[in-house]
Amino acid sequence: MTKSLRSLSTGQKAYIDAISVSPEFAHRLSALGLRVGQLVEVIRRAPFAGPLQLRIGTTDVIMRRQDAASILVTAA
Amino acid sequence: MSSCAAKMPPASSLPPLEPNTRRRIAIIGMPNTGKSTFFNRLTGASARIGNWPGVTVDLLAARLIVGDSVVELVDLPGLYDMRGFSEDEAVVRNFLCSQRVDVVAIVINSVQIERQLHLACQIRALGLPAVLVLNMQDEAEQLGVRIDTAKLSQLLNMPVVAVSAKLGRGMNQIVPTFQRVLHTHQSVAVTQEKFEQLPSDEVIHTETKALFHAAVDIPVLASKQLASRLDKWLLHPLLGLPLFFLILFALFQAVYILGAPLQEAVDIGQGWLKDTILTPIFSYAPAIVSSFVLDGLWDGLATVATFVPIIIVFFLFMAVVEDTGYFSRAAYLMDAFMAKLGLDGRSFVMILMGFGCNVPALMGTRVMRSKALRLLTMLIIPFSLCSARLQVFLFLATILFSPQQAPLVLFSLYLLSVFTAVLTAFIFKRFFKDREPFVLELPPYRLPTIRMLWLRAWQEARHFLQRATKFIVLGVTLVWALTHLPIGVVVASPESWAGAVGAFFQPVLAPIGIDNQMAIALIFGFVAKEIVVGSLAVIYGLQDTALSQQIAASMDWVQCYSFMIFTLIYTPCLSTVATLYAESKSKWFTALAVAWPLLLAWLASYGFYHAARALGY
Repeated sequence: MTKSLRSLSTGQKAYIDAISVSPEFAHRLSALGLRVGQLVEVIRRAPFAGPLQLRIGTTDVIMRRQDAASILVTAA
Repeated sequence: MSSCAAKMPPASSLPPLEPNTRRRIAIIGMPNTGKSTFFNRLTGASARIGNWPGVTVDLLAARLIVGDSVVELVDLPGLYDMRGFSEDEAVVRNFLCSQRVDVVAIVINSVQIERQLHLACQIRALGLPAVLVLNMQDEAEQLGVRIDTAKLSQLLNMPVVAVSAKLGRGMNQIVPTFQRVLHTHQSVAVTQEKFEQLPSDEVIHTETKALFHAAVDIPVLASKQLASRLDKWLLHPLLGLPLFFLILFALFQAVYILGAPLQEAVDIGQGWLKDTILTPIFSYAPAIVSSFVLDGLWDGLATVATFVPIIIVFFLFMAVVEDTGYFSRAAYLMDAFMAKLGLDGRSFVMILMGFGCNVPALMGTRVMRSKALRLLTMLIIPFSLCSARLQVFLFLATILFSPQQAPLVLFSLYLLSVFTAVLTAFIFKRFFKDREPFVLELPPYRLPTIRMLWLRAWQEARHFLQRATKFIVLGVTLVWALTHLPIGVVVASPESWAGAVGAFFQPVLAPIGIDNQMAIALIFGFVAKEIVVGSLAVIYGLQDTALSQQIAASMDWVQCYSFMIFTLIYTPCLSTVATLYAESKSKWFTALAVAWPLLLAWLASYGFYHAARALGY
């Protein structure tokens, strides 16, 4: 079932299905390892609607929830 | 093989190299790959800021001896992608298009080789002679990442060297490898079209994936137990922020405890030099010359020099915090709050960087794509309490506050520094409205080595000294002239030129408790804060204990704190103003960035001074 990366809860893993952001931002995400087909895990969520900590392979990134909303995933 | 390989003629067809032709090696790599560490390892501390025709930003360069020739080694800004859209990425492209480069050293983090290899593929596609440096070999080994360098070298058709720049391992292979490439290749300048013709993301991605599978063996999930245990506490939803401020407070406390005795020692040393050597020598010189050299130059410079040990200690601690990867954690902790101010977590990190010097922090905003976000961040960075201001506060806090109070006074000023930055963002966010997607890498925790820490601290101290000598000689000379002229006046009396200047500003500065003498120091502090303490020494014609006693007698703690508030908030220095203009390219923005802090400084000092007086202090 497809849902947004934002809606994943802490500790959940999912495969990236689609990234619907500007080409520019997609570029940056791709450089950080966030590409369609990759497995991503939500490590923690900052309080007060703060950013998510994500793990892709051996790389950890932080991303705002608002931006995570534009990434569609399927739970692993 | 790639198209570029064909364009590189074999070595035999090359004309013999002229020994005097300066050849150039450029280092590229992503942020957090230890690029600067690699650069420092190769060059020691000999780097200088260089300029290149057609390249608008300053880059770090150093000379490197390769075989029998001297080569220029340039450290290009960090980038994620050769076709990226950030300003730093544009700088790299512009550099490669406008300057001939003989070798590109691509520095990548071995642990993250999977998502960094595409840089090597892109450089190869551009037809640039290259060496791939697999850095952080030590971490890769710890995590069980194994890379077959021979295989990778064969597939990429470029030399591959595995090193740990931090520990210095494998670094002895670098120069011989450069030498080999320099011998077999000629310099290349890339054209803009070449960049446009770079293969698409998909092609590059498939290519790197193939390379990765052929040459890299990586454990599914490397053991990161310590990191996750640390993160559990440092990124804790409730305790994360309090811990962060506790760590900063402990840091300032430690700087004070360790730095104060060192400062004392330097002070005793310079006093001895003046009394036993300089004063006897200059007793034969005309009074005006001896007054200028001893009470002007020497007092000014020596008073400032006593702060070098404390600056070194400060940067040692800052380097620990920065090198361990804690700054990015701070960005995570603060992002939700910064978002409410129209900023993001990176802006907060820039403010922390500004604690060293505002100028590099301002330049660091180039990573921001959105103009509005960047301008708003640039507007608040100058509130960050830099090392030059720290020196003024250390000096005054020691004089007017007890050893128990002084660290608290300092900490309160750091809090005020962050508060004024936040307030400014809050007021001005409506004028700089924009949103940029926010994503940031969280680097693994790293244990900094003593050597790297020392190098960092030394570079910062050297930077401080360079600025200090430049501005102070000038500033102190001017202050001396203003306070001692016209000839025959009582030093810094109302009859001197300084007295006239002070009197002119009196209507503005008297209401915030700043007297004539202090006003002079404040006016010169506009040029650079490094001058303030030196000029106080000149204004009062005293140094050491005598100067401290004189200042302690001339104002109470309320006036002193008011002076510190003003010094903290108003324009940090001319270099900052110049950088604000260079980076924003807007006169209006620069004017705002100067006028608003001045107004805020006055209001804050006025508010504090009158509130304290009203409370009976």
